Amino acid sequence: MSTVISPMIKPENLVYKKSSVLTDSLLGYCPGCGHGTITRLVAEVIDEMGIQQDTVGVSSVGCSAFLFNYIDVDFQGAPHGRATAVATGLKRVCPNKFVFTYQGDGDLAAIGTGETFHTCNRGENIAIFFVNNGIYGMTGGQMAPTTLEGMVTSTTPFGRDIKQMGNPFRITELLAALPGTYYVTRQAVHTPAAVRKAKKAIRMAFENQKKNGGVSLVEIVSNCNSGWKMAPVQANQWMEENMFPYYPLGDIKIDGALVKK
Amino acid sequence: MNEFLLMEGNEALAEAAIRAGADAYFGYPITPQSEVMEYLAEQKTEERTGMIVLQAESEVAAINMIYGAGGAGRKAIITSSGPGISLMQEGISYLAAGEVPCVLANIMRGGPGLGTIQPSQGDYFQATRGGGHGDYRTLVLAPSSVQEMADFVPLAFDLSFKYRNPVLILADGMIGKMMERVKFPPQQKRLTENEIIERYPWATTGKTPNRRQNIIKSVELVSELQEENNRIILAKYERMMAEDVRWEEIETNDADYLIVAFGSAARICRKVIDLARNEGIKAGLFRPVTLFPFPSVRLQKMTQRIKAILTIELSSGQMVEDVRLSVNGKIPVEFYGRMGGIVPTPFEVLDVLKSKLINTNK
Repeated sequence: MSTVISPMIKPENLVYKKSSVLTDSLLGYCPGCGHGTITRLVAEVIDEMGIQQDTVGVSSVGCSAFLFNYIDVDFQGAPHGRATAVATGLKRVCPNKFVFTYQGDGDLAAIGTGETFHTCNRGENIAIFFVNNGIYGMTGGQMAPTTLEGMVTSTTPFGRDIKQMGNPFRITELLAALPGTYYVTRQAVHTPAAVRKAKKAIRMAFENQKKNGGVSLVEIVSNCNSGWKMAPVQANQWMEENMFPYYPLGDIKIDGALVKK
Repeated sequence: MNEFLLMEGNEALAEAAIRAGADAYFGYPITPQSEVMEYLAEQKTEERTGMIVLQAESEVAAINMIYGAGGAGRKAIITSSGPGISLMQEGISYLAAGEVPCVLANIMRGGPGLGTIQPSQGDYFQATRGGGHGDYRTLVLAPSSVQEMADFVPLAFDLSFKYRNPVLILADGMIGKMMERVKFPPQQKRLTENEIIERYPWATTGKTPNRRQNIIKSVELVSELQEENNRIILAKYERMMAEDVRWEEIETNDADYLIVAFGSAARICRKVIDLARNEGIKAGLFRPVTLFPFPSVRLQKMTQRIKAILTIELSSGQMVEDVRLSVNGKIPVEFYGRMGGIVPTPFEVLDVLKSKLINTNK
């Protein structure tokens, strides 16, 4: 399937086109949300690596529940929180396939905490793409384990009280401490420079599966303008000022070794 | 090796899984069935046939590993007991909705709650009514001997791929832990990746340019399409009822009274039939082998000659509801059961047969 390019554009002037691994389905994400960019990056990396027919995705429950409608590879839709267990079963019987999960913070860091930890501890040879927007987006903006202190959500209308609800969960740092994780990084997609970096990290997570080193975990801190009740630009600014200090961007573990800071 | 071996039920089930060419086992230890995973581990299945055996961190994880492997068109099997099976119900609902074939075994113990580790048949409702959320069923096979523990594994795999639906082997601690002689079929070869791609065009084996994406999923937000999905799986259950109802009858040709029992309870009742016949009572045994689909049609037909039915279960009375639905009030249906892991003796059941059935339904 070749993408139709406008005859107005001369081939030598073409700098960007939609990946053929992205389907023509309309994205169900809210306008301004980082999910659309992240979904595109995953599709582009699969395309550029030429691994479309060797890749099986595992979608989860949340905003990305319909990921299989957007990325044109075989998919399994996992129950809420169980994506890494599904990926474990899949990868164990298909070790020659590239297997990835795509999960939100409620899915990976709340209901799926047990599956996430044990999958990482066993060092399953898979990629995990973890989108952290500090809120339950699809269900309507409820508190997530990653919700910042004082942050207003529909279940914390007066702000998250950490005495009652505990502290925002930096699960990625904990997972990096496990011997089964091979590559752990935290990225964002709010600027063109961040998008390029995030794409490199996603590519690395796929490439690592050839080395059979263990779990590659790419956390992407993203905005949820609908859930945060902000305009997209304002949401990105709020993210830089509030999310990044608590969830600092950068590599945490490379080739099985923690990055010294 | 085509000779009789002396083995316990759990081990026979494990050996049968290897021989059936299973690709993967995922599980979590729980009494009275931990021997399944122990046996598989001891057999070094990866060397013997290439079968993967993995101990998961919970039954919740294990059932989802089954989903991953089954969705890829592999023969995957999982075993547990009541409390573990309860934890798997979320996953079983997704397996049924996503039309993923797999074999499950519940080696039942007494409940509710943590209950006891002794045998029980108290998970009958959970097994035959779906068990998890939503509108679905699993096909349920009830073995009554160690030989059937072995025989039902390849049968369950065949049925699960025939219908693309989970198949549950519902046994209990008595069948699981009892030793008997057992004979196995020769080793079946595991399918190659190319054979899987050819046979199971729905499996997530990797999207090739000549086909559309394969997606194992259950989400459908458009009501009309979701109802259509429900109709598709409902049609499978109707086909099961037409093509795969199984039962056994013992001494029913001239019987006046019928005992209905499955699994280990049927083993006891077999002896009760002999004792009753020695006393001149014309009793017969009807043993449902598939609990879903339940052999209702046959049972209803038998009410034309039978005077009354006694249902025996190791529970407070669950299958008896299906017996009553089948009989539809035509003849009396009595019930007797023991709980807490207690298994009634044949003489105990014979006394019940005489007092509850014969003396009141002459």
